[in-house]
Amino acid sequence: MTRKILTTPIKDEDLAGLNIGDVIYLTGHLVTCRDVAHRRLIELKRELPVDIRGGAIFHAGPIVRKKADGKFEMVSIGPTTSMRMEKFEKQFIKETGVKLIVGKGGMGPETVEGCMEYKAVHAIFPGGCAVLAATQVEEIERAEWQDLGMPETLWVNRVKEFGPLIISIDTKGNNLIEQNKAVFNEKKKPVVEKIKSQVRFIK
Amino acid sequence: MNKDEAILSLTDTMAKFTVYIGKRLPNDVKDKLAELRTMETNPLAKAVYTSMAENQDAADKLDRPSCQDTGVIQYFISAGARFPLLGELEEVLRNATLEATRMGPLRHNAVETFDEKNTGTNTGSRIPWLDWEIVPDDDGATIDVYMAGGGCTLPGSAKVLMPGEGYEGVTDFVFDVITSRGVNACPPLLVGVGVSTSVETAARLSKRAILREVGSHNANPNAALMEKLLEEGLNEVGIGPQGLTGASSVMGVNIEASARHPSTIGVAVSTGCWAHRRGKIRFKADLSYEIISHKGAVL
Ligand code: SF4
Repeated sequence: MTRKILTTPIKDEDLAGLNIGDVIYLTGHLVTCRDVAHRRLIELKRELPVDIRGGAIFHAGPIVRKKADGKFEMVSIGPTTSMRMEKFEKQFIKETGVKLIVGKGGMGPETVEGCMEYKAVHAIFPGGCAVLAATQVEEIERAEWQDLGMPETLWVNRVKEFGPLIISIDTKGNNLIEQNKAVFNEKKKPVVEKIKSQVRFIK
Repeated sequence: MNKDEAILSLTDTMAKFTVYIGKRLPNDVKDKLAELRTMETNPLAKAVYTSMAENQDAADKLDRPSCQDTGVIQYFISAGARFPLLGELEEVLRNATLEATRMGPLRHNAVETFDEKNTGTNTGSRIPWLDWEIVPDDDGATIDVYMAGGGCTLPGSAKVLMPGEGYEGVTDFVFDVITSRGVNACPPLLVGVGVSTSVETAARLSKRAILREVGSHNANPNAALMEKLLEEGLNEVGIGPQGLTGASSVMGVNIEASARHPSTIGVAVSTGCWAHRRGKIRFKADLSYEIISHKGAVL
């Protein structure tokens, strides 16, 4: 099977054919961007120090090491819970022109709207696979807003075939994890009833 | 060894062990993940299991923390009343955490509450968190170290039920927590359930439950039955790795319990993620040690 690879800068056409459940890989630039960076842009109206139009962000707080030559080395980088950024993401997509948002777990209806209106997708990188991800980072090219500390700094990574990235929100309004959650809730009911009938230990 | 040397030696061993468990999963977890991987049929879930295995190999080879979130460091101590360094252990484990943070390197995960500043050392007020059990008439010490990551800590919940709600209410509680909040905790999860008298006793037991081995059973037959029913039931829901649906949801369900007030049922759930980084080490009085959780580990 040949890998489907997205390359930054990403164009709207690149995303049109993507559907939830598709697996893709990313080559180009991937910038870490999480809670405080979102808050600074949206609530504090500060401009992001990195231009991510057509770009990709990663909800992640990595472990980075400074090497002897002063350059940064990516030690371990994995996704954090994307839902924490739900409050800001629609506006964030609108203002920055970001095309790919990578994280963990699903996001909510506002992000789905943002992805539809401004053409962007959300993808899941397997949580906890942080060394695998680090080995796909070729170089940390820049580090912005370092005052935020290691996890929140905007690390500008050049990546090669970064993935697997599982599309969880596409540009057509579909939301994989929300669909799955609905399935889980449906399946849960009869299972719970069955167990309850067997745990009547108080008689 | 004089006392100062003994303190240094114990600190060094615990620092190295803390770093070690952040890079390699314990045998029980590793075996269970391998088993769940072979049972999986959903292609997306299989892809995730493949990434997980590749990640653990890379972490081992490159000698790096396998997940970037190395958590808040917690030690669960079961110390003999006559363990020679009983009074020094708190200081030893604090220094071990400091040293492990440098050596790991571990991510800086201790934010001082109310001041809202990251200490940058993984130590802070009451952190590393210590949980004590004193064993009478013993001179050794067994220490469980656990990295409490953010994602796997978030689902944690506790509640006091009325007895009328019974174990049926406990079942509802466990399912509600796992299906609503488990998806973001990097499943397949190890689910710990505390059944007890109040929130704090249940919560502590639920955490102790995830320190117990995957595949072990509660000694009480009814509790063991409930472990099995909850495990099978949650797997039937089919959350799959990362919530992408699949053949399983959990690595297991462990229940720990205590007696309760006749008018209350305290219940709590703690979750361990697939990258369930914990380790068990047993020291003798002379500080020679045996690593229980990771066979053949060399520090
Ligand atoms: S839940 Fe566990 S595996 Fe997932 S990111 Fe957090 S610590 Fe890592």
